Amino acid sequence: MEFKFAIEGGNFSKAGSASSEVKKILKQLNVNPKIIKRTVVSLYEAEVNVVAHAFEGCMNVDIDTDKIIVKIEDKGPGIPDIDQAMQEGYSTATPQVREMGFGAGMGLPNIKRNSDQMNITSKVDVGTEVEIINYFG
Amino acid sequence: MEQTHFYHALKVVDEVCIGCTHCMNVCPTAAIRVKNGTADINKNACVDCGECLQACPVNAIIVEQDDFTQIFNYKQRVALLPTVLLGQFPDDVSEVQIYNEIKNLGFTHVYEVDGAVDVLIDSTKKFMHKHHQERPFISSFCPAIVRLIQVKFPALVDNIIRLKPVIDISAQFYRKKLEDKGYSKEEIGIFYVTPCAAKIAAVKSPVGEEESLIDGVINMDFIYNKVLLSIKNSNKETKKYPENIHMSRRSIGWTLTTGEASRYSGRCLAIDEIHNVIEVLEKLENEEITDVDFLELRACDHSCAGGVLATENRFLAIERLRKRAAWYHRNKPMILPEREIDLYKPYLQENISINKVEPRSILSLDSDMMVAMKKMKKINRIMKVLPGIDCGACGAPRCQALAEDVVQGKAKMTQCVFLQKMLTKEGLISPQESFDISEDTWGKSRFEKKNLNDH
Repeated sequence: MEFKFAIEGGNFSKAGSASSEVKKILKQLNVNPKIIKRTVVSLYEAEVNVVAHAFEGCMNVDIDTDKIIVKIEDKGPGIPDIDQAMQEGYSTATPQVREMGFGAGMGLPNIKRNSDQMNITSKVDVGTEVEIINYFG
Repeated sequence: MEQTHFYHALKVVDEVCIGCTHCMNVCPTAAIRVKNGTADINKNACVDCGECLQACPVNAIIVEQDDFTQIFNYKQRVALLPTVLLGQFPDDVSEVQIYNEIKNLGFTHVYEVDGAVDVLIDSTKKFMHKHHQERPFISSFCPAIVRLIQVKFPALVDNIIRLKPVIDISAQFYRKKLEDKGYSKEEIGIFYVTPCAAKIAAVKSPVGEEESLIDGVINMDFIYNKVLLSIKNSNKETKKYPENIHMSRRSIGWTLTTGEASRYSGRCLAIDEIHNVIEVLEKLENEEITDVDFLELRACDHSCAGGVLATENRFLAIERLRKRAAWYHRNKPMILPEREIDLYKPYLQENISINKVEPRSILSLDSDMMVAMKKMKKINRIMKVLPGIDCGACGAPRCQALAEDVVQGKAKMTQCVFLQKMLTKEGLISPQESFDISEDTWGKSRFEKKNLNDH
């Protein structure tokens, strides 16, 4: 089953709405609550990353009976050094974003912690694609 | 799942219900449908919050209570009161009168349950310290919230503090105290005067406990009316406050908003009103809120002062309770005499734990994921033809709810009045069939009552 949700860059008040939709779907599909939680936490982090850094993006969700594959694509500045971005505490967020309680530099590591597989590709000045795979079994 | 039923104190009186959909539209768990002209509550989804009762314009939803005379089946009859009861009465009524009149109704002992807060505060601090990795902690105070988490937020059940609420601690205290005085189990009857429906459900089908420590429940409005009537008739002058009792500010404020949250260190949040609570639980589940230590969550607006069985305006009741707390604080004895409950503290703390709260999600479409996915696809297809205006004329609160009911075999698509019109126009159903479907949802009498020629 496939679902697609748009993510608006810069609109922090709506950050989390796509992840919440996915959460609703997983609850209806009787997925284990612990796996739902892991998945939603990783999706929320990825969604906030798009809101905080990119102009726009979308969340493509593909749910199978054994796993969920989510691709979060955005049009934005991209990540010049992915290894550096994966380090805990590393952040390029502006002071304004930090004031809103985001941008602590835990985003990508937190996604990794809460997913079974995570793939990230990025082109500077074009955009970033994060793929998250979680297994239900 | 469907076979397991839970006790609910909220009941629809079919003879009074006019099937107006007010209750259906406010239910936070979408547990209500209108069938055959009356509201029907799904027992698996209901959390006894009482929103439906408050929304009902004809008082067709009631809180079922135990027969009062059953208290006389016991030799020792204990009335456990919520402190909010004391805030219900007019200012010229004294506490001494209230206590006396409750005894005159037939009780041998009267005790305010919030007197047990110190036992719980101590144990909660220890619990949070011991299980610190299970942060954030959710209080087990409000039974409607515990049930809400079970049915809608199954991932959060482990965050609920596994300790008895003060009602149960007080019940245990009184039971033990009377047993120590030589009374047998059968001679002791413990009755709780409840400000809400959820606490009745908690007594009748407890969560996390094998059996309830309370023998019966009496609605607070019933006691209020009885007590006020006798006070009005007796006209005896007494002092406003009793001389031999001291209630702490912690105790009196416990059931009001921030009563718990103000007692613990760290980051503590107090949230009241069930929709506010749902909003916060959604965020908590997504880990949008992370660095919180303790959450006090209550289903009623302004906590227990806003309970469905409260008779007084909640703001006036709160003001009175705050005044009461201030009076006790001002008149606190220099040396506090040891309270009886303190003697039982070790015993009570030893027995304070409850079992893990089990989730029972109402959201899953099917226990088999393959089937659930098929059902979801079907729901999405149905949603494309439904009007999406959530009018409720099909007897379900939202188009989405109707689509789910259809897929679960609980409703027919033709219940939608928009689809009915389309199908009638295309000649796929006859006007009579369309009329019959509406009668099934709204009941025959609804159509009989209205006669256009009367005007």
